[in-house]
Amino acid sequence: MRRLEGISKLSGRERYVDDLPCDGALWGMTVRSPSPRGRIRSIEFGPGVEWSQFVVVDHRDIPGPNEVFLIERDQPVLASDYVRHMHEPILLIAHEDRAMCRAAVKQIRIIIDEQPAALDYRVLPASDQVQRGQDNVLKTLKIEKGDVEHALAEAAHVVEGVYETGAQEHIYIENQGMLAWVEQGVVVTQGSMQCPYYVVNALKHALARDESQVRVIQAPTGGGFGGKEDYPSHLALHAALLALKANRPVKMIYDRSEDMAATTKRHPAQVRHRTGFDASGKLVAQAIDVVMDGGAYVTLSPVVLSRGIIHAAGPYACDNVRIAGRAMLTNAVPFGAFRGFGAPQTLFALERHMDVCAETLGIDPIDLRRMNLIRDGQETATGQVINDGADRERVLDLATKHIELPERREQHATFNITHPFLRRGIGLAMFFHGAGFTGSGEVALQSRVRVAGLKDGRIEVLASSTEMGQGTLTVFTKIAAERLGIDPSQVLIATPDTARVPNSGPTVASRTSMVVGRLVERACDALLEQAGLSRDARGERVQQAIRAWHVAHPNAQLSSEATYERPPGVQWDDNTYRGDAYGTYAWAAYAAEVEVDLRTFTARVIDFVAVQDVGKVLHETLARGQIQGGVVQAIGWALLEECVWERGGMKNCQLTNYIIPTSDDVPPIRVYWMQTPYAHGAQGAKGIGELPMDGPGPAIANAIANAIGVEANVLPLTPERLMQMMDGAHV
Amino acid sequence: MSKTELISVSLTLNGEHRSIEIAPQERLLDTLRYRLGLTGSKEGCGEGECGACTVYIDGLPANACLVLTVQVRGRALETIESVQVDDLGSMHVSGATQCGACTPGVVMTACWIKRHPELAKTHTLRELMAGNLCRCTGYDGIIEGIAGTDCAS
Amino acid sequence: MLVQEPNSIPLAGATDVLVHWPAHLDAHAKTYLDLSGLDDLRHISWNQEALTLGARTTYWDVIQDEQCHQEFPLLQHAARQVGAVQIQSRGTWAGNIVNASPAADGVPVLMAYDAVVVLQSTAGTEEVPLNEFYMGYKQMRRRTDQLVVAIRLPRRSYAVQVFEKVGARRAQAITKVGLAMTRSSVGWRVVASAVAPTIRRCPSVERLLEQDAPVCSPDDLAEAFATDTQPIDDIRSTSAYRARVLARVAFHALQSQAPGRS
Repeated sequence: MRRLEGISKLSGRERYVDDLPCDGALWGMTVRSPSPRGRIRSIEFGPGVEWSQFVVVDHRDIPGPNEVFLIERDQPVLASDYVRHMHEPILLIAHEDRAMCRAAVKQIRIIIDEQPAALDYRVLPASDQVQRGQDNVLKTLKIEKGDVEHALAEAAHVVEGVYETGAQEHIYIENQGMLAWVEQGVVVTQGSMQCPYYVVNALKHALARDESQVRVIQAPTGGGFGGKEDYPSHLALHAALLALKANRPVKMIYDRSEDMAATTKRHPAQVRHRTGFDASGKLVAQAIDVVMDGGAYVTLSPVVLSRGIIHAAGPYACDNVRIAGRAMLTNAVPFGAFRGFGAPQTLFALERHMDVCAETLGIDPIDLRRMNLIRDGQETATGQVINDGADRERVLDLATKHIELPERREQHATFNITHPFLRRGIGLAMFFHGAGFTGSGEVALQSRVRVAGLKDGRIEVLASSTEMGQGTLTVFTKIAAERLGIDPSQVLIATPDTARVPNSGPTVASRTSMVVGRLVERACDALLEQAGLSRDARGERVQQAIRAWHVAHPNAQLSSEATYERPPGVQWDDNTYRGDAYGTYAWAAYAAEVEVDLRTFTARVIDFVAVQDVGKVLHETLARGQIQGGVVQAIGWALLEECVWERGGMKNCQLTNYIIPTSDDVPPIRVYWMQTPYAHGAQGAKGIGELPMDGPGPAIANAIANAIGVEANVLPLTPERLMQMMDGAHV
Repeated sequence: MSKTELISVSLTLNGEHRSIEIAPQERLLDTLRYRLGLTGSKEGCGEGECGACTVYIDGLPANACLVLTVQVRGRALETIESVQVDDLGSMHVSGATQCGACTPGVVMTACWIKRHPELAKTHTLRELMAGNLCRCTGYDGIIEGIAGTDCAS
Repeated sequence: MLVQEPNSIPLAGATDVLVHWPAHLDAHAKTYLDLSGLDDLRHISWNQEALTLGARTTYWDVIQDEQCHQEFPLLQHAARQVGAVQIQSRGTWAGNIVNASPAADGVPVLMAYDAVVVLQSTAGTEEVPLNEFYMGYKQMRRRTDQLVVAIRLPRRSYAVQVFEKVGARRAQAITKVGLAMTRSSVGWRVVASAVAPTIRRCPSVERLLEQDAPVCSPDDLAEAFATDTQPIDDIRSTSAYRARVLARVAFHALQSQAPGRS
């Protein structure tokens, strides 16, 4: 089966939000804070603009609470009298002429009485920078197992290290965009998004409407990667406020610079490790401190931090673990969800640290990992007993085999002493990624999927899970078709329109195939019963029964729903952070071969192997695309992508100055599967989308350290940074 | 700011002779998308980096965001709307598209490469595709798809 | 036209002017003179002494030209590193000269080949060596009534021809450090880009090479480059990086292309 909407995308016929016809719509634009922190003294509308022709919205036009509904409600929809970060939205304006609207935005001056901004999350704030509690801490979390201090005191070796990773911009190729209009009293928004029901909740709250008075429709979405998880709620609110005031449809489409400046990015993080080993190299203690930059509002930082610390100790068995996590408020544009959701940051630190430890202990880094890999029956840092039958050692072995580790190490030894300016090296990372929401999150979500049997015998799957490139439409079709033994052409997937589809949760956390896909299977099973069939009925019999049901029940609808149920035996305690953090984990070992050019201090990945056990692979082409795309996005994060900051705002808001990999910057990504089925995922699948973001960073840094002997402990390893690092080492 | 007067420009668009009214400062991308409703060409960056707006001007790929429409008067212009669905098979099989936002530009460059097999003597596919940024596929699906593409001339 | 509207800006490929065009429309409320219709200005022509590129000749035109490849290989090297195909097909050599970016990719190789800029106006034709064309950041010896109509490169045989572009990635990158070097019967030409307000020759380095001074490490070139350039910190790189890398790239290029030297 091919990608369902593939031809439509390849031929340019797919209609994204900016492609939709919208007669009579006004263009909406945003006036933003020029300052990272301060009180708004005045707003001046410049001369030379016919302001009466514009619709202007400010915080006073918000019918409900001026709050963006999320974990906490500290973030305003539009700043009223105070701003906490650069580019914070203050006013909205709309006009039918886009160019005039653009020009008018520049004629509005926001005067701010500035106050001292907190701009470095790594240091404690000065008293005049404190804006939350005593110390600007947004959230702290802790995982504790055994007695770490005692174990460190007794350890034969203790190795310490500090690791840092920078922010990363999503660069979905389709910028954020939203349409809003009012239809028979209902506020409708349609646009690019991952989570239609998040938008519903935000609209209900700030517009003071009940669910029947708001409707959210996902338009085909040109990439998300987490960047369209919470931000579309803001944009939908903005567009809706303008549409309500103008009493006309409003279209808001960000250009690239605005999108990069104003929307969320990956949390910068600093991670400290203090690790104890016994004389043989066995892990006896892991003390880990994680600090993340949350930016100016809480947004999703508590849950990003949560996933970050749970992954921080890695796929290893260790009896004594303490992980302390802290997210800091700063006056930076809020950081948010990005593929991996905290785990890439902590896994970079861990897996880079494992190589540092191996070197200190004089043990081969592969052997050190193998020796400490978690085995069935052993516990993770949160006390979750792993018993999934996955052969983690084989994952590691396959990675070393496919990268030809011994042979290439030998070749590099010769190459590196003969070549005038190129140096090669190999690095590896072993890691895991928990699929689905953390802890009790899936239980709290209570996701639902509906499957309908149509009059003509076809099946319709109704869910709020969105297609943003990862393959939801194709995978759901395949799951339903195979569950019912019918041809994929007989399955329809409903557009995520909250007027029609139930809430199957957000399209995040690598949960769609595994968790929601499983609900599709269960809803299909329920449909069979509904149609009077046994659960093993398949094929034409099913379609006949559906048609017959409709004949017997004219004007009635045949549909069934499935709601998430916690898999048996899974337990989690939110207070102690103990228990089964995730239903299951995907396991992986990635190996990178790099070449460093000593003339320019530039590192380049020349070969890359990705081996993973993701449970059953539902669609090989789509799954491979997820891995390859994730790896290349992570190569960008590791080597090229640097947000340049100025007063807490991104200075390099252009694709010429924020550098993502082109086709010529990356090698083919070689992907290998192991497929240990997971009993509670669709067809045995585990989550896949985020996993490939975790491993490349440390594998590449380890390879660079291997090639030129620098402590490559900070990402991105840009040439400028490598040059500084090399100044500390003799090359 | 006031609205500017429109001027008339003649060109060949996807094989058809057309005369269109445009503003003199109008970018070709805006003419295509907002005046002619040819929304296949996408705006990803507005600065000639991402290639999502790739069209052919006199047979050569160009970024429609970096061309004024007045500059193509009298020229032959081709857009993604001119590509035949039959030509997309190998890219469909290889997983060349995911989110689809870069895809029309990717397909335009890919089909041009396919029309010019002589380029393979001097260029690699990865160099030729470097003007089309893709954030989803990691490029392997695209490169494989072009290697097997059946784009006709 | 240029006489009637002396402040109008001639447009060839327009790949620089159009960047973020809608966001800066107000700043661009000027008169532009579109040259697209002037097909006579698009040519690659040869005579006994020189290669002449027309003002509308694109990078792609040169990439496709076999004789350019034979006699002026650096033109192709540089052209292939300007943006990607979509830019190479529109961008012109003359446009690269008059856009006057200190990080231009076409200008260094033209300068290393002793290119001459041919300017025309109703008053007649003037020729300015590219090496003397820039007076400061974005300041040029071009009167507002003059149009660049051609670029002329003398035909010579070269013992050394080097072009190195250091960008943030392999393709589609703005140059952080650039270097073009040639050696012919008229001597060494060393041209650096993105390390000064204009692209410029490096006379101290050229002198050092002419004197056949020993160059045993990048450090032996660094001082001369420091005399000739003023690299800065900006959004794309640092002055320290630019200075270091320029000397290193030049050193290794000399090692591989002119190993006979000292």
